[in-house]
Amino acid sequence: MSEFIQPNLIPVIPEMVMLAMTCLVLVVDLFLPQAKRGFTLFLTVLTLLLTAAAVIAIAPADTVSTFGGSFILDQLAVTLKVAILLISALVFIYSRDYLKDHDIYKGEYYVLGLFAVLGMMIMTSAHSFLLVYLGLELLSLSLYAMIAFNRKSIQASESAMKYFVLGAMASGLLLYGISIFYGITGTLDLNQVSDVVRMQLTENPIALSFALTFIVVGLSFKLGAVPFHMWLPDIYQGAPTSVTLFIGTAPKIAGFAMAIRLLVDGLSDLQAEWSQMLLVLAVVSMALGNIVAIVQTNFKRMLAYSTVSHVGFIMLGLLSGTEVGYSAAMFYTLTYAITASVAFGVLMLLNREGFEAENIDDLTGLNNKNPWYAALLAIALFSMAGLPPTVGFYAKLSVIQAVVSIDMVWLAVVAVLLSVIGLFYYLRVVKAMYFDPSDEGRELTIKESLDVKILLSLNGLSLLGLGIFPSGLMAYCILAFS
Amino acid sequence: MYADWPLLSLVIWTPIVGGILVLFAGDKEDSSGAKKLALLVSIVTFLLTIPLYTEFNVDTHLLQFVERHSWIPAFNINYFVGVDGISMPLILLTSFTTVIVIIAAWESIKYRASQYLAAFLIMEGFMIGTFSSLDAILFYIFFEAMLIPMFLVIGVWGGANRIYATLKFFIYTFVGSVLMLVALIYMYNKSGSFSIFDFHALQLNLDEQILIFLAFLIAFAVKVPMWPVHTWLPDAHVEAPTGGSVILAAIMLKIGGYGFLRFSLPITPDASLELDWLVITMSLTAVVYIGFIALVQQDMKKLIAYSSIAHMGFVTLGFFIIFRIIDNGNGTQGAALALEGGMVQMISHGFISGAMFLCVGVLYDRMHSRQIADYGGVANTMPMFAGFMVFFAMANAGLPGTSGFVGEFMVILASFQANFWIAFLAATTLILGAAYTLWMVKRVIFGDTGNDNVRALTDINRREFFFLSILAMAVLALGLWPDPLVDVMHVTIDNLLNHIMISKI
Repeated sequence: MSEFIQPNLIPVIPEMVMLAMTCLVLVVDLFLPQAKRGFTLFLTVLTLLLTAAAVIAIAPADTVSTFGGSFILDQLAVTLKVAILLISALVFIYSRDYLKDHDIYKGEYYVLGLFAVLGMMIMTSAHSFLLVYLGLELLSLSLYAMIAFNRKSIQASESAMKYFVLGAMASGLLLYGISIFYGITGTLDLNQVSDVVRMQLTENPIALSFALTFIVVGLSFKLGAVPFHMWLPDIYQGAPTSVTLFIGTAPKIAGFAMAIRLLVDGLSDLQAEWSQMLLVLAVVSMALGNIVAIVQTNFKRMLAYSTVSHVGFIMLGLLSGTEVGYSAAMFYTLTYAITASVAFGVLMLLNREGFEAENIDDLTGLNNKNPWYAALLAIALFSMAGLPPTVGFYAKLSVIQAVVSIDMVWLAVVAVLLSVIGLFYYLRVVKAMYFDPSDEGRELTIKESLDVKILLSLNGLSLLGLGIFPSGLMAYCILAFS
Repeated sequence: MYADWPLLSLVIWTPIVGGILVLFAGDKEDSSGAKKLALLVSIVTFLLTIPLYTEFNVDTHLLQFVERHSWIPAFNINYFVGVDGISMPLILLTSFTTVIVIIAAWESIKYRASQYLAAFLIMEGFMIGTFSSLDAILFYIFFEAMLIPMFLVIGVWGGANRIYATLKFFIYTFVGSVLMLVALIYMYNKSGSFSIFDFHALQLNLDEQILIFLAFLIAFAVKVPMWPVHTWLPDAHVEAPTGGSVILAAIMLKIGGYGFLRFSLPITPDASLELDWLVITMSLTAVVYIGFIALVQQDMKKLIAYSSIAHMGFVTLGFFIIFRIIDNGNGTQGAALALEGGMVQMISHGFISGAMFLCVGVLYDRMHSRQIADYGGVANTMPMFAGFMVFFAMANAGLPGTSGFVGEFMVILASFQANFWIAFLAATTLILGAAYTLWMVKRVIFGDTGNDNVRALTDINRREFFFLSILAMAVLALGLWPDPLVDVMHVTIDNLLNHIMISKI
């Protein structure tokens, strides 16, 4: 009988801090009247910042693992966790006025959000199939509830239902893939899986490919790659914009972490196989995402399709199978999350009581009304289109460089040509803001909270700042894979 | 005395920072503050570019005013700027033209003047940056970034069909340049550096060279623009506000020509030799066919736009005729003449097309029409203006004594050393150019006063007189005495030519 060994708890301190604080938020919120709900938000942001501080404080120089190797804290996890926490904090602050206007300014919203963040943190550190799955489910279940949070909105309920059913199916597929791997290797720990796969490679190639297919499908589902993207546009459109903002930013980073943990840490010996799969997924994602986005009139839905195309780009970085490619994909993911938070953040400012700003038309005349926010949104859109001097350019540059370096110039050409199509619909939004005459009868209101204004401005300018000096962030991304 | 100054950086960043300041000066009831600030910034920038000329050492082909700092070490990207005899005159042209554009906007732009002026200042910085970048990614960033202000300028202050025109402009240019980006990254993977001079030294086999050459050709042919990818230009010109047209014609088109000299010829000399027939055909088509198209235009701006395409055809012809000249055993003398002719044509066209668009702008401000048919006998009511317009039209037609003649003459002269028929076709421009330009002048300026609107016109004021006369002096000076321009680029061109003649295979 094996002796119980006290696991090293230091690497999980941030998660413990987070969990304790989340429970505190849950309890404290019960005793707050609606007028003092701001305190819940304050505690939520404090939780996120404290956790981020804890992550930085315990950041190890080398990789540390605990709980028998199923939990890992390396440079990748540290960077991604800090990014997830900071972006989530921003997202919660941006959402405040929106939640008030739509009568969903409730403590449970924040508690669910914090649990979702906890799930993401577990995903980034997970080093066994089981923990990956647990983190993913914690995130997904919280998100289902958040989408349905506005009980009065039929659209939101429909989206939540859709997400739940499809998400459960995707989890099932992922789990099926995991179970086959468990059957082949007899272990859930990714390090051991990796070792056994290496030995089984010649004996059992078909079974391994079969299991891998399910893992890749499950991943594509969660990331939103074509043809597993169907849920994404409906959820983006149907969910309250604050939740769309949340889904569109931090979980992408967690999804990237999951892809790295499963494919690179666990199944790197099957790289030849999964690269081929990702190649097909990436090309169709970029093509379909960009082309279908052209005809959208709903801004949120358009950004959903644009997300699909960006996922394609992230997969391009992954499929190269080199450290340069992984760090390029990481850089792309992080900067995409920052960019998306600006785009949705500005959209959310246009909401008011009883009115949901979500169409491209709703942005008409924004430059006349408020040139500053129009400029911020334009920067975000140009960044998504990959135009210099915004950070989106370096994201695309580094991914394309990774693709060219593995001698797939044709793929790079396909990618850049498809991104030209992408440019067109981003420009359409800029056109609405700058060129179209504003309707006299239509009201355009803009929320002017000082804290949101300052943070959103910094967030928007960071796209330019990172565009001119990308080295700092890039260095972290390279460090994560060296 | 300027040796220690980061002069080029100052020239690049002064207008950009100044433009941002102008933006924050805002649109109050009275925008004269923003205008004065913009004018000040543009003049300071122009003054800062003058030492680039006066301190320029004409005896060396080496880069001057070089600054090099590590920027993105992960990709070995450097902030690497410097000028030689090819880029320096273009930088001066840029800073000069921007001053003129800002003066020209003084009264004619009433809607959101500070945003308009800021866009031009920021664009100026980006354009100078493009000309002075010696790092390919830095070049690409400036090359792309300048699209954004131009996109907004046409889209916000343009004419009725502005949205179509500006989207077309943006997407055409973007399509061209993304392929160039892939080519640049490909070369980075081979050479480990993004420095343009490392690309120059990079050995590439013919297949690679041809693909890279085509990528560059698409990027720069759209920018120049060459037939058959020129169709965005007439639309953009017609819809753009006057200042936008001037910058577009005077400078942005030159970036395409500059790109051929900086990238295509030295990086892919063998492919250029192999495919020179393609570029020469495209250039001659532009000269002849587009010349005929210009003849039938009803809209003055469209006519000048087509004439720009035809004139830029000369530039590309001059750049790519060199292989045939040397093939014929005429030595590098004739080839240098062709390259220099192309360069002179670029600078001269910058002045002349800018001036022509400004003339149309002067008329448009008064009549709000660009149709030739709406005018007639303008000379009766605007004699001073008529003088300028006729002068610039003559220059556009290539009258000896004006700058328009020098470049065209050099290129035609050089073409004779390559092939009589190429030179013959190129020389038809002298007839065609005269035909479409002078016919337009005849219908707009001369004859009986066309209608009551023309009768009510007032002649140019002091501001308009000022910028037109400065341009007229520049056109005349360059036409009578081109040596100051030719001298600065002579050594650089010779060195470039020697480089091109060494096969990379």
